[in-house]
Amino acid sequence: MTSQALIKDFEEMLGKDNVFSSEADRQTYSYDSAVLTPVVPALVVRPITTEQLGLCVKKLYENGIPMTVRGAGSNLSGGTIPDKTDTVVILTNGLTKILEINSNDLYAVVEPGVVTVDLATAVARLNLFYPPDPGSQAVSTIGGNIAENAGGLRGLKYGVTKDYVMGVEFFDATGEIVKSGSRTVKCVTGYNLAGMLTQSEGTLGIISQAILKLVPPPAAQKAMMAEFDDIQKAAEAVSGIIAAHIVPCTLEFLDNNTIVRVDDFTKSGLPRDAAAILLIEVDGHPGQVADEAAVVEKVLKENGATAVHIPKDEQEKTKLWEARRMALPVLARCRPTTVLEDATVPRSQIPAMMKAINEIAAKYKLEIGTFGHAGDGNLHPTFLTDKRDKEEFHRVEEAIDELFDVALKLQGTLSGEHGIGTAKAKWMEKETSRGTILFSQRLRRALDPKGLLNASKLVGI
Amino acid sequence: MNTLQDLARRLMQLDDRVIGCMKCGLCQAVCPMFGASGMEADVARGKLALIDNLAHETIRDPQAVLDKLGRCLLCGSCQAACPPGVKIIDVFMEAREVVTAFLGLHPVKKMIFRTLLARPELFNFAMRVGAPMQSLLFRKTGQAQGTVCAPMLNFMLGDRHMRPLAKKSLHAVYGAINEPRRANGIKVAFFPGCLGDKMYTDMAEACLKVLRHHNVSVFMPDKLACCGIPALSSGDADGMIKELKVNLKALEKGDFDYIVTPCASCTATIKEFWPRYADRLTVKEKNLVLDLSAKAMDINDFLVKKLEVRSAGNTSGAVVTYHDSCHLKKSLGIAAEPRAVATANPEYTLKEMAEADRCCGCGGSFNLFHYDFSRKIGQRKRNNVVATGAQVVAAGCPACMMQLEDVLSQNNDSVKVKHTVELYAENLR
Repeated sequence: MTSQALIKDFEEMLGKDNVFSSEADRQTYSYDSAVLTPVVPALVVRPITTEQLGLCVKKLYENGIPMTVRGAGSNLSGGTIPDKTDTVVILTNGLTKILEINSNDLYAVVEPGVVTVDLATAVARLNLFYPPDPGSQAVSTIGGNIAENAGGLRGLKYGVTKDYVMGVEFFDATGEIVKSGSRTVKCVTGYNLAGMLTQSEGTLGIISQAILKLVPPPAAQKAMMAEFDDIQKAAEAVSGIIAAHIVPCTLEFLDNNTIVRVDDFTKSGLPRDAAAILLIEVDGHPGQVADEAAVVEKVLKENGATAVHIPKDEQEKTKLWEARRMALPVLARCRPTTVLEDATVPRSQIPAMMKAINEIAAKYKLEIGTFGHAGDGNLHPTFLTDKRDKEEFHRVEEAIDELFDVALKLQGTLSGEHGIGTAKAKWMEKETSRGTILFSQRLRRALDPKGLLNASKLVGI
Repeated sequence: MNTLQDLARRLMQLDDRVIGCMKCGLCQAVCPMFGASGMEADVARGKLALIDNLAHETIRDPQAVLDKLGRCLLCGSCQAACPPGVKIIDVFMEAREVVTAFLGLHPVKKMIFRTLLARPELFNFAMRVGAPMQSLLFRKTGQAQGTVCAPMLNFMLGDRHMRPLAKKSLHAVYGAINEPRRANGIKVAFFPGCLGDKMYTDMAEACLKVLRHHNVSVFMPDKLACCGIPALSSGDADGMIKELKVNLKALEKGDFDYIVTPCASCTATIKEFWPRYADRLTVKEKNLVLDLSAKAMDINDFLVKKLEVRSAGNTSGAVVTYHDSCHLKKSLGIAAEPRAVATANPEYTLKEMAEADRCCGCGGSFNLFHYDFSRKIGQRKRNNVVATGAQVVAAGCPACMMQLEDVLSQNNDSVKVKHTVELYAENLR
């Protein structure tokens, strides 16, 4: 337990309203979105200035207290679950200022607690575009997006969070401020520590500010939906589109199970017999969009699409995307527990991956709905289960182990965008190497000698 | 329920619904309380976790959990946006009832819900005595809103700016109404709600005027009690049922096609909550409740669907902006109809505000117990209202109107607050 004296110190530093020590409050910071065992922290603190953030880190370091940083707690790999019961959770949702949006130099400077969609909306008002759009963007924070290198639907054409990080300021484990990157496109001053902090899952430092790249928004978009009677053909169409040198901004996939479930729920007349559908959007200059859409339509038909639908107006387009938007909510309603995976393979391996997923579902007698980002090979096999049923949940865990095996065999990766956290830590070495683990651990120990920063996450310390 | 184990066992009946929460945390985006406090225990995900923990006895402090459950406007925004579709409000209401039953209802609440609100003659008497005394206590504040504040009652009312009680309540003016059916043959029971009867009588009279204009006959008994939502929100189902029985007695003799209310919360309660507690009533009462539930309509909905009131579609005139009450939009799915009613008066043109369906922060008794947060949430609504430049903000719920008047008056704004039906009635002879 944290001593009363320490609680008092924090209350003096941050104000009573920003220190949560009651049992009920602490219990609500014991979980995130991952299906893992909660760990109740000793204390939760919420700095409201970056100076306070630094002081918190320093104080915790001096007292040898472990710390876990938390934004919206929407993490899907357990990265924001406290390591131990003596952990102090540091909230960033008191640090929500957008400090600068620069239309001339195309960047924004933000505090870590800014909500992704708030930034996207603020820059859109100035006719600028911040593309990363993780599924949780309505609540997720920029600090969390950077720490997890969050992806989203636009990854194929626009990249992911790491492609927009120009600079990061962070506190190291001892509370020293570290600065890396700049407001310039080019910057080679020192190590690329901003790059190192990206995807570090709260293990190397605590982000206090970020400089993010903005781009001009596309002037036009065009969406379409293609039906296939065979997953293989859908995957070939995806490869065909890329081979024709078209990079759609979104290229999404829904399997038959997901299509039927969504249609049951929305009654929107989706093709229930289709083995798969692809939802595609191209964007850019209007002329380019028209040309590209025509090529995409041709490629889809050449690769055996049984039908291609092009929405006539905004309303039809919204309806078309609703199928994708509703995929997870609908699957989540089927059973009490939803385990959302994100094993990712090279896009040419999607048919092999889909075949394996279906075989795994049959072998372990589980229901899996699969949808995801076909364009970048990032599928979301979604296990529909009930964690209260110990026997069934054990089968889910075994199935997930096998799923990772397949993904790695297909030269894919454990996680496209959800992170390693504690959920996938045991698999790290299998994808990488013993050396990778040792190198990462040595790096951590050098930077965090007391082993206080999110100690059990990623490779451990 | 004597022991914590009993309480836990009872709460386990909620388990199948609570487990549906996938902890995605998307409720944070829409929860007004979380927007004001930023605390996880204030958002649905946190509260569901605490209910789950109390059911599994990993927290053994029911009072702490009940306090957290109380920090909620029951606006239903989370439920409307919940990806796995957890019936969050049902769970919260039931949990409040179960934990309150275990801990015991606060004596003041018990007095209010089971005695004052369930006994129309007593409530009416108290108001009749109270109304003339107001001028001694109140000081005028908002010109546009007609609000007052009461420095001498600061210990009780804080620095609220509120509408004074009507000099004469609606039923004191009209007594019991039971008109014969007229030409078009429609007859409605008019349920003004406590605020419509005792505070916003202008609004209630505007409703009667509109009904008369459309040749609708009215049945309005004079012994109506509170609809029961304040009691239910405080976990006092017994108090609510007591009030419900008084209402059933007052309504059972009426012969009407619909029961119409100008209060979104009353409509939602009659339509959704009354039937949910019908199993605790006699068979006769239960049938009456189900009948009333089927006949209950929000007045905007009634005017548009049954009387074909339409927007005049004017693009000039005084600007009105419309606030979506949670009980109208999120509980009953009514959003287009009140907008049509407000602009059925050609003197007005509608300008939408940002976040029109974000809760105003009143939440009924939430406002009494968490006034600081209520004001903070209300300020965001006020900013959105003022940003439209509208002269009038309309709502379909007197509780929202009360909150809007308070926050606008506190900011010295000139925006008037009106019920949608009041705007429509202005232009009728």
